[in-house]
Amino acid sequence: MMNNIDFKPELFEKADKSNQNADKIHRPSIKYWPDVWRRLKQNKLAMLGLTLIIVMAIMSFVGTYMSGYAYFEQHLDMTNQKPNSAFWFGSDELGRDMFTRVWFGARYSLAIGVIAALIDFLIGVIYGGVAGMASRRVDSIMMRLAEIIYSIPYLLVVILLSVVLQTEGGGSSMFVIILAMSLTGWVPMAILVRGQVLQLKETEYSLASESLGAGKGWILRKHIIPNTLGPILVNVTLTIPRAIFAEATLGFLGLGLQAPKSSLGTLANDGLAGLAVGNTYQILIPAILISLIMFSFNVLGDGLRDSLDPRLRK
Amino acid sequence: MTKYLIKRIALALVTIWAVITITFMLMHSIPGNPFRSESKMPPAVYENLQAKYGLDKPVSEQYVIYLQNLLKGDLGDSMKSRVETVNDMVSRGFPVSAQLGLQALLIAVVFGPALGVLAALYQNKIPDYISMIIAIIGISVPSFIMGTLLIQFVARNVSFFPIGGWGTWRHSLLPSFAMALMPLATMARLMRSSMLEVLGQDYIKTARSKGIAKSAVILKHAVRNAILPVISILGTTISNLLVGSFVIEKIFGIPGLGRFFVQSINNRDYTLIMGTTIFYAAILIIMLLIVDIAYMLVDPRIKLTKEGR
Repeated sequence: MMNNIDFKPELFEKADKSNQNADKIHRPSIKYWPDVWRRLKQNKLAMLGLTLIIVMAIMSFVGTYMSGYAYFEQHLDMTNQKPNSAFWFGSDELGRDMFTRVWFGARYSLAIGVIAALIDFLIGVIYGGVAGMASRRVDSIMMRLAEIIYSIPYLLVVILLSVVLQTEGGGSSMFVIILAMSLTGWVPMAILVRGQVLQLKETEYSLASESLGAGKGWILRKHIIPNTLGPILVNVTLTIPRAIFAEATLGFLGLGLQAPKSSLGTLANDGLAGLAVGNTYQILIPAILISLIMFSFNVLGDGLRDSLDPRLRK
Repeated sequence: MTKYLIKRIALALVTIWAVITITFMLMHSIPGNPFRSESKMPPAVYENLQAKYGLDKPVSEQYVIYLQNLLKGDLGDSMKSRVETVNDMVSRGFPVSAQLGLQALLIAVVFGPALGVLAALYQNKIPDYISMIIAIIGISVPSFIMGTLLIQFVARNVSFFPIGGWGTWRHSLLPSFAMALMPLATMARLMRSSMLEVLGQDYIKTARSKGIAKSAVILKHAVRNAILPVISILGTTISNLLVGSFVIEKIFGIPGLGRFFVQSINNRDYTLIMGTTIFYAAILIIMLLIVDIAYMLVDPRIKLTKEGR
């Protein structure tokens, strides 16, 4: 039997729409990289480092034209001048303007550091990525090889190669220095990338991609490498000061760039001679600049490491 | 364990062999001849020198002879010093460098982790800031700059510290400090972060709630676990100290192996360069091996039965 209900309009009421948007996320979702930048900005030390790096990078190009002297210009009547209004950072034993030379040296030091780090990055990512994706046997051969290269002391190789490849009059070209550094410098990056690849290739998204027919190279390029960019970036930032330090040591041992070109290391080496006769500023200025560069990259790298770590997200 | 040890030692030997071969090939690929540059040498003298250093033989034969001599512990004759062989120089210079390096290592190993622990216990308080300032200075100022500054501002003013040279223990204080600062800073930073991580673990709370004294918890539970990452970088630290000694010995005028190495570079003394490089690399690889084995013994989590991948 059917109930005859009289559906009158009064029996109905309009649904309350006020809760309709309850599960909608109001605040804009912060993506990974903007969030990293947001957290990096809160790290005062890292921002100081970044600012110093930018200032020094600009000065290394602009600074060489500011004083009006060229880096090779000798004023033999004005040697070993203490810092004054004509020579802002003083002059060296050949009467060359230290201000120009220091920024010229900073340009070379920074360039060597950045280029060496980029080459390490390229070789390391490719080698580590291939080793991580390859079969177990290929991987273990590749890693043994990397281990052997790695246990040869870095600076020893750099020194040895600069001895072998140095130019006629002593000293090396920038190309040789970078080559010597890259020959063994890529290994830590390769080890890092391989470790990450081994981890990430077991993830669901890699499996999903694989089951949709993606090849190993595709998965590596499209899924794994983008997800390891964080640690890679930190590593690059920390490789730069290492390369600059190695170059400075080379310069200090007399194996750096050939005069009249200069890097901060060769300037410090020249300054050592000035120290003996009391011209402390000749070593102090390049020394401070090297230390500032090392400081900036190290604190920036540390800051990046913290802000890239999603566990520390607030 | 034994299987792992044998594998590890075999790898170390292969590495040493690789270093020897690479060094040999590199030194023999330098264009020209070490004696050609010395001006106007009578042909007979030149022939004799070539024969004395075996340079008249084909490279492959020289390589075999060099390896055979190395197996006997003979690093060859120096090309520039007429009185000393490479072995003489190594045995004269190495004890000095070893003492300097060990002292620096001791300073770094004692004070680095201690600063790190202090910083972690007083996180964001004055001791933390002080030790982190020291650590930041340590990583930013290269050892050769630190050495120069120490001579300029400490040794020149305080007569207790000699300006350079070698002899009494006072001579070794400033150089070993200059060398130690960078590894000290690295260890302090590492120790701080790993200590902070360990202090947040549950087993620390458990130990505290069992009623164990705070100092005992820190020493026995926290430090013992937090120190593992520090031990793992000991190998690289030793490597850096070893190479750092090149510049430090140059600045302080210390008659160690590093100075011979730098001298051999400037003099183009190829046999000495080869000999010292191989000696350095061998020492270092053995040190890395020891550190690795020590790490295995210290960290119970590393199982040696399974091959780790």
